[in-house]
Amino acid sequence: MQAWRIDVLARADQLDPIGDAAQRTLRAAGLEAVAGVRSRRGYLLGAELERTQVEAVAEAVLCDPVVERFVVHEPGATAAAPEGAHSLTIVPKPGVTDPVAHSVQKALADLGLPVVAAGTYRTYDVEGEVATEQLLAVARKGLANDTVQQILVDSLPDGLPGASPPPDLTVHEVPLQGLDEATLVALSRDGGLALDGHEMRAIQAHFDGLGRAPTRLELETLAQTWSEHCKHKTLTGTVQFEGRTIDNLLKSTIANVTKTLDRDFCVSVFVDNAGIVKFDDVDSVCIKVETHNRPSAIEPFGGAGTGVGGVIRDVLGTGLAARPIANTDVFCFAPPDLAAQDLPQGCLHPLTVMQGVVSGVRDYGNPMGIPTVNGSVHFDENFVGNPLVYVGNVGILPTARAHKKANPGDKIVALGGRTGRDGIHGATFSSLELHTESESLSGGAVQIGDPITERKAMDAVLACADEDLFSAITDCGAGGFSSAVGEMAEGLGAVVQLERAPLKYDGLAPWEIWISEAQERMVLAVPPEKLDRVLEVCEAECCEAVVLGTFTDDNRLVVKHEDAVHCDMDLGFLHDGLPDRVLEASYVAPTLSEPELPAETDHAGALRQVLADFGVCSKEWIIRQYDHEVQAASAGKPLCGVREDGPADAAVLAPKLDSARGVVLSNGLNPRYSRIDPASMAECALDEAMRNSVAAGGDPDYTVVLDNYCWGNTRDPQCLGELVRATEALCDLATHYRTPFVSGKDSLHNEFRATLEDGGEKTIRIPGCILVTAMSVIPDVRRTMTSDFKRPGSKLVLVGVTKDELGGSVYYKTKGHLGRNAPRVDKDAARDVLHGVHRAIQAGCVLAAHDLSEGGLMAAVAEMAIGGKVGASIDVATMKTDGALDATRRLFSESQSRLLLEVAPDRMGDLEANLHEVPFAAVGEVTEAPLLRYCDGAHELAALSVADAEACWKRPLDLDGALVTEAGR
Amino acid sequence: MSAPKALILRAPGINCERETHHAFERAGAVSEYVHIKKLLAQPELLDRFQILSVPGGFSYGDDISSGRVLAQEMKARLGDRVLQFVDRGGLAFGICNGFQVLVRLGLLPCVSDRLEETVTLTHNLSNHYECRWVTLKTRTSRCVFLPEGLTVRWPAAHGEGRLMTRDRAALQTLLDEGFAAVQYVDEAGAPTERYPDNPNGAPLGIAGLTNHNGRVLGVMPHPDRSYLPTHMPNWRRTLLDDGALPADGDGMVVFREMVRAARAEG
Repeated sequence: MQAWRIDVLARADQLDPIGDAAQRTLRAAGLEAVAGVRSRRGYLLGAELERTQVEAVAEAVLCDPVVERFVVHEPGATAAAPEGAHSLTIVPKPGVTDPVAHSVQKALADLGLPVVAAGTYRTYDVEGEVATEQLLAVARKGLANDTVQQILVDSLPDGLPGASPPPDLTVHEVPLQGLDEATLVALSRDGGLALDGHEMRAIQAHFDGLGRAPTRLELETLAQTWSEHCKHKTLTGTVQFEGRTIDNLLKSTIANVTKTLDRDFCVSVFVDNAGIVKFDDVDSVCIKVETHNRPSAIEPFGGAGTGVGGVIRDVLGTGLAARPIANTDVFCFAPPDLAAQDLPQGCLHPLTVMQGVVSGVRDYGNPMGIPTVNGSVHFDENFVGNPLVYVGNVGILPTARAHKKANPGDKIVALGGRTGRDGIHGATFSSLELHTESESLSGGAVQIGDPITERKAMDAVLACADEDLFSAITDCGAGGFSSAVGEMAEGLGAVVQLERAPLKYDGLAPWEIWISEAQERMVLAVPPEKLDRVLEVCEAECCEAVVLGTFTDDNRLVVKHEDAVHCDMDLGFLHDGLPDRVLEASYVAPTLSEPELPAETDHAGALRQVLADFGVCSKEWIIRQYDHEVQAASAGKPLCGVREDGPADAAVLAPKLDSARGVVLSNGLNPRYSRIDPASMAECALDEAMRNSVAAGGDPDYTVVLDNYCWGNTRDPQCLGELVRATEALCDLATHYRTPFVSGKDSLHNEFRATLEDGGEKTIRIPGCILVTAMSVIPDVRRTMTSDFKRPGSKLVLVGVTKDELGGSVYYKTKGHLGRNAPRVDKDAARDVLHGVHRAIQAGCVLAAHDLSEGGLMAAVAEMAIGGKVGASIDVATMKTDGALDATRRLFSESQSRLLLEVAPDRMGDLEANLHEVPFAAVGEVTEAPLLRYCDGAHELAALSVADAEACWKRPLDLDGALVTEAGR
Repeated sequence: MSAPKALILRAPGINCERETHHAFERAGAVSEYVHIKKLLAQPELLDRFQILSVPGGFSYGDDISSGRVLAQEMKARLGDRVLQFVDRGGLAFGICNGFQVLVRLGLLPCVSDRLEETVTLTHNLSNHYECRWVTLKTRTSRCVFLPEGLTVRWPAAHGEGRLMTRDRAALQTLLDEGFAAVQYVDEAGAPTERYPDNPNGAPLGIAGLTNHNGRVLGVMPHPDRSYLPTHMPNWRRTLLDDGALPADGDGMVVFREMVRAARAEG
């Protein structure tokens, strides 16, 4: 369909930051010949418009009259390739959400012009002698997401997509009768159902019993509902481990901790989208952490963005709707400096992944108006094919609205975004292993978000909730309507009319509408008498809402399109028909040894290397791209200190603007320990999350935790054995800390099948990871802490005992070793440390607190000094150790349950009184002179300026570095 | 006169309405949310208010360019009502995206008595969104409520905040004729174009504008995120140095003064 084309570009005398950024990207990718890049925004408008109308909208809306100009091209006009330059034009692929186009149509309406079809594109005019192929190769990932966008070289889009082909509305049956297991498995694989032979047989038996074949839509529904993503079949399965039979791993471990502890502040756990915890007499806070690994591996920007959008909807759909107040995110990548030749075929480069993920989180979280307040980033070679993207969200809701229940007769109301082909098979895809071809095969599973549509849905839902207009709510996540309606209908029944679902474009088959994972959609159960008001509120909030069907009481899931019945299934079978899975697990500890290292002669140099490790170094470049202030609840920020550039241990929020009551949010994760002992990894994750929380003022006795697993192929007994071992260690410690698990999630099968040069294959498995997120509720945010040194002359107190635990440490990593002595947690000592330090902080005898983790004491001191812009002098001879330890171990050991406190000299007595029996030692003091001095008694081990340490710590991930100096001139 | 009424504008994508609402109430105003849809349907609603506040956010996703779609909607469907509101003694305040909206609407700097788009807020030199605390100084300007010579710290959080005119001379005029109300300053307190003290690279460090009669103010950084003492990034140091926290954060002054001015009018 031909269209008007409007190019909008910066006036010649104006700067073009978008063009400049594109130039930096191209040159950074090795296209040195690129001499300059100018950017253009492009718009397509239906050919029905008159030229004068096109110019009117361009002038009034599309073009900034101050710094831009525009050029209008007649429909069908061909674009002459610019002189001595290539033009790269990036257009959304057909069917991909283009929110800007909708805003253009809205502007047409506001101007009283005919609302015609609209589209957008972006053009870069690249000067310099560059080969088209090279340019295209870089642009694919550097300037575009070729999973969802197409790139035109030296040509411009000549029109808008025409009408889609009519949908296939026939009810397809899939005969299973008599098929053998192999055929069933093949059928599952080819259909992207991710069901195993066992499960396919159960389905076959069920429909044989009914004497009919399942329809395609019924089969798809079962695949979605039974997917690992939705059902967690592995963690809820039966596991044979070391002669024991563990029935339902999740129930008997994680959930059991919560049940045993039975803490009174737990309002609702494991039954809803998110765990709900008492905040004050009126309100509760809820929290959920999700993973969005597979989509982010294929398309980092869209994958991470929709991950954020998804977990926000989880919280919005908790209880009878919670208001999201904070995002957290934790990423695991391969090192961003990975050499090109070490990048397996089919993987994106980790730097590309990191940049995409960060902007994806930024461009969804910020427009939603939800602050991203806490997170961390971890690096390991084995994340190259499976980067991990953990996204979390916290919400607040009246405790009276903590529980939901749909009733027969309630209307099924779908609101928010429209349904398209995006995200078909996301849930099942996320249960499969990635491989070289995944990117091309699974493009369909990638979704593109539209945060403003979600914002409108959020505003509408919260407005309805305030008027108590619905009896149940859930979000459309994995599996789309099929999971959302299927879950809500459990124990009831439902009739759905798919033709009522608003579509982004024509041509969707009923089964596609049913399982599409198009974003920004919520489902409500609305009592009939409240329906009109719900639709009224949605209208007022500019949020599209339709009645999709009705909840019934016959326990059947009936899905129709017009009069054709595409699904009529027993909900009992859908929810309970999944055969129990029995898995073999075993654990054999790896044979490792401590490295034989020559005595360290340059501790200052070693510290510089440790501070410059990607895992340790400053994440300011990432943090500052996130809005961490919106909602005005921030009382403890992600960066702290005199210049707000020191690392914070946790986020402190006061979510109710007229109250000082708050929450402290922190996390703990160290994938490297997993390579030595998954039990160590799990314990340390929990202890670190708790240390971080306590250091910032969290109350260890009013803290809940979340467990988020990312693991390899659990069909491999050793891999599953590692998971069981880690889980049991984690649960043992959590029980001891009296910190209940309130929510969790697992992402299994994080393996990448890489094709090698010789045509062979190699499986890259991630180190097993459990991210522990901690949320503490505190009475007064004014009694919280930061890590930056405050006062020269203060004493520095190291709480806890240091052991010979360099296994998995950053120090060993910088020397190219792993080691064997991974840190373990001494349960009793650890709990006493957490409570002792909390008492001391509440008693007001602490000026600054920081937990010791990666890089040990030496790094912790440096980080606190960087925040405070003052120096410190440390004597390691005085610290409490477990047996004799050399100076290097004292400086770099990563023993857990240790915090460094800054204490005014005259408060040392109070400190001791509050620490009770907890071992501690005064190890030095804060100095006016910005110098870091580490000694062993009289012998100086290292001396370097804080500025020196700061530079090492800041440089590695300061991706704007070049720009900063540029703009600084 | 009784407490001034502040209209807190809501629209798809505006997301700082709660804190703006609260800050105005804390300053003694009575805040009321009004959705743009409702205001377009009943423009006369404006007359019930003394203050019109356009909060920050991403109105309509900042599609096309920041604030453009909402500004266009208001221009096309409210016409000069906003202008009349201001001329009849009302006060208007745009923060961040709200500032972008008022600029695109032509209400800022509005050197004459008609809506005219003469400046823009465009992409930061870094070409990405950035959230960081900045130091600002209020200038001697036409603004009838913003005290001059104040040095305050507010957080900036935007991707399109570089205030530009057709040419540099026009920028200088904004300064000389008292339309530039707020500037980014460096540690020495001097206006700066230097990153990161100036987060977006705005020439002459202009961070906020007022209009010809000084009744409209627009700022890129957020007083609505710095009005409580615990909003300030180093409140713990203040507590340590002074033994107590001040009653307000640095952003509160602008809400107080605006409400005071509105009250004086009535």
